[in-house]
Amino acid sequence: MNKMINLMIDGIDVKVSQDTSIIEAASSVGIKIPSLCYHQDLLPSAGCGICVVEIEGQPLPKRACCTPVYEGMKVKTNSIELRSLRKMLLEMILADHYVDCPTCISNNKCDLQDLAYIMGVKTEENAPLQTRKPIDESSVSIIRDPNKCINCGRCVTVCNDIQTVYALTTVHRGFESEINTPFSKGMAESTCINCGQCVVFCPTAALTEKTHTEQVWNELLNPAKHLVIQAAPAVRATLGEEFGMEEGSLSVGKMYAAFRKLGFNAVFDTNFTADLTIMEEGTEFVNRFTSGGTLPLITSCSPGWIKFMETFYPDLADNVSTCKSPQQMFGALVKTYYAENKNVNPKDIVSVSIMPCTAKKFEANRPEMQDSGYKDVDYVLTTREIARMIKEAGIDFAKLEDEKADDLMGIYTGAATIFGATGGVMEAALRSAYYLITKENLPSPEIKAVRGMEGIKEAIVDVKGTKVKIAVAHSLGKARELMDRIRQQIQETGKSDYHFIEVMACPGGCVGGGGQPFQSNLAARARRGEALYKEDSELELRLSHENPAVVEVYEKFLKAPGSEIAHKLLHTNYFKRDIMSGDIIEEATHKH
Amino acid sequence: MYQEILKKYEPTKDNLIYILHDIQDNDPQHYVSESAVQSVSEYLRIPVNHIYGVLTFYTMYSTTPRGKNVIRLCESPPCYLRGSDNILAKLKNTLGIKTGETTSDGLFTLELCACLGLCGNAPVMMINDDFYGDLTDDKIDQIIHNIREAK
Repeated sequence: MNKMINLMIDGIDVKVSQDTSIIEAASSVGIKIPSLCYHQDLLPSAGCGICVVEIEGQPLPKRACCTPVYEGMKVKTNSIELRSLRKMLLEMILADHYVDCPTCISNNKCDLQDLAYIMGVKTEENAPLQTRKPIDESSVSIIRDPNKCINCGRCVTVCNDIQTVYALTTVHRGFESEINTPFSKGMAESTCINCGQCVVFCPTAALTEKTHTEQVWNELLNPAKHLVIQAAPAVRATLGEEFGMEEGSLSVGKMYAAFRKLGFNAVFDTNFTADLTIMEEGTEFVNRFTSGGTLPLITSCSPGWIKFMETFYPDLADNVSTCKSPQQMFGALVKTYYAENKNVNPKDIVSVSIMPCTAKKFEANRPEMQDSGYKDVDYVLTTREIARMIKEAGIDFAKLEDEKADDLMGIYTGAATIFGATGGVMEAALRSAYYLITKENLPSPEIKAVRGMEGIKEAIVDVKGTKVKIAVAHSLGKARELMDRIRQQIQETGKSDYHFIEVMACPGGCVGGGGQPFQSNLAARARRGEALYKEDSELELRLSHENPAVVEVYEKFLKAPGSEIAHKLLHTNYFKRDIMSGDIIEEATHKH
Repeated sequence: MYQEILKKYEPTKDNLIYILHDIQDNDPQHYVSESAVQSVSEYLRIPVNHIYGVLTFYTMYSTTPRGKNVIRLCESPPCYLRGSDNILAKLKNTLGIKTGETTSDGLFTLELCACLGLCGNAPVMMINDDFYGDLTDDKIDQIIHNIREAK
C-alpha cells in the first residue's frame, strides 16, 4: 500500500499517496494549476515551465508537473512573481509560434490559445522570432506544421512510450531543437503508422489530419455524382461532442439526418460490414481452430496496427486475419453489390467514409484496395472533419430530428456497434464463433472480461467444453508486449497458447482514435466506450449472424463466408515493410 | 560492414556514443550514415529515432557526408573577442563555401563549434584531430595551402 502524504496547497489540506506530483495533488482538491505541456495520461516532459509553483523553504519556483509531494510541504500556486514568470514563459512560447488563430484548424480547441487568453498575454507585444519552416505534408494522413509546434513533447511521449512506433523524436538542441522524424525525412518516410495519437494529444495545431473536406464538398455539389456515406461505429459516440454534447452521448439518428442534409444520396453505417467482418473472420477463426490452422488468429480491423505489424512483426503476418477492415469491405460492396441493386453506375459513385481514425486515410489509399474495379473508398474524413462540414452547412445538429439509415446496407447489430471500443471486436466475434461451432447462441451475449481500459485483457472462454484462450490489446505499446510474448512462445515451444487476439492501435479502441475530437483523455475514452455498450444492450439484434441484411448479402451476392467472391472482395494480404522508411519490401502473405 | 566496429563493444545502451564516434571516425566521409544507424539500432536495440536525436544533439556528429578535412572553428566568446568572425570570413572566402558546406573537391567541410578549451590561443580551430591556435589570415592561407599540397 502506498504511503499517504499530507501537504497544504493554497491553504487547503491535501492528502495524497506518495509519488503524486504537485499538479495531480492540486487537481485532487479542485485547483487547476496553469499548464501547457502537462497531460494527465502522459509522463511529464517538464517542457514548458508554465506550471511553476512556490514551495515554502525553497529558494526557486518548481514545476508542479514533475515535483513529487512530501510530508508537510506547503505550496503556493499563485503570486505576483509566479504570474510574471508564467507570462514571460508564455510570451516566449508565443514569440516562436506561428499565430494564425482565425484560420487555424485548432481555433477554439487550442491549449495555447486558451492559456494566452486567460492569462492576458498579447501576441503583438512579442515580435515573432521565427523564420517559417517547411510544413511536412508527405503523409496521406497527418500534416506536421513545425511553425505551430511549441516543443511540448506530448507527441514524442505518445509516439514512443505509449505507441512504441518511434517515428517522432526531438532533434537538434537549443533554439534549433524541434520535433522531427529520423533524418528529417517526413512522416511518410518514417515508421509512422498514421494512428494520429500525436494529433489528439497535440495542444496546438502542429499535428493535424490531412483534410479532404474540400474534395468531398466538390463531389457533393456535383449533380452527376452519387454519394454514399458510411460512418464507423465509434463516430456515433463522439460526433455530438463537436456540437457541445457530453462525452458518451449517442447521436445515431441525428448523424443520419445531418449526412442527408449535407447531400449524401445514401446513408449507412460501417456497422453493416462490421457484422460482415464477424461472419468472415468468425468463419476464418473456426476453420483455423478446428482444422489446425495458424493460431492465434489476430484481428485486422485497425489499419494503424496493420502497418505496425508489417513494419515490426512481419513474421506474424500469417497470424493476422485476411479480412479487410469493415471500412474496406464496405467500400468494395458499395461499388459492386450496392451499385447493382440500386442500378447506379459504379463509376459515378463517390464512396465516403467517416472514421474516428487518421490511419483509415492511409488504408483507403493502399494500392491493393480496389477490388471492386475502382478505388473502393474514395475519401476518408475524420469525425472532426465531418463536424466542420456540418457546421459549414449551417446545420443545427442538436435540433435535428432522428432519421434512419437507408436500406440494403443499413441494418446492424449491437455486436457491430461495440467494434468501436477496445475488446468489442473480440466480444462480437466470440458471440458468432460460439454459434458457428455449436449452432447455439451464448447463454448471455455479454463477455465482460474483454471490456474496460486494462491494457491487455485475457480470458479463457468455454465453448461447450473446449477452452479458447483470448487476449485483447489496445495501444501499440501493449500490442508490442503481447506480440513479443507470442513470438517468444513460438520460439520456445513452436506454438503459442493463445487462440484469438484483438489488437486496436489506439488506447481505448476507435473511440480514442486519432480522428476523434481533440483532447481526448483516457477517462473520456472510457465514457465514449460505455455509450457503445449501452447501445448494444438496447438493440434487439445483438449477434452478427442474425443481421438480416448480412444474411441477405450472402444469399443474393456473396454466397457464403469465405466463398470465392467473398475472398476477392472482402479479404486482403500483407507486406513486409522497411524498418527505416516504412516502404514495402515484399509480400508477407499472398492473396488467395 | 559495421560489424567489425560493433563487435568491439558490449551491446549495452551506454555504449551508443562511443560506437557512433567509432563509426564516424572510420568513415572516409566523417559521418554516420543511415545504414550505420540502422545497424547500431539493431545491435543495441535502440530505436532509430532515438539515435537520430543523439546524433543531432551533439555537434561533433554529422548525419551527412563531409569532406576529408573537417574544419571546426570555435565560436565561443573568447575566440569571438579575438576576432574569430574575421577568421570565419577568411575561411569562407578561401574555401569558397558557407558554414556547414563542403568544397566541391570534397577536401574541406567548414563548421562552427563550441569552446575547444584552448582559449589562451584564441582564435582556435580544429581540423580533424589537430588544433590550430592564434589564427591570422596568413596562417589560414598557409594551413589550407599545406593541406591542399599534401593531397
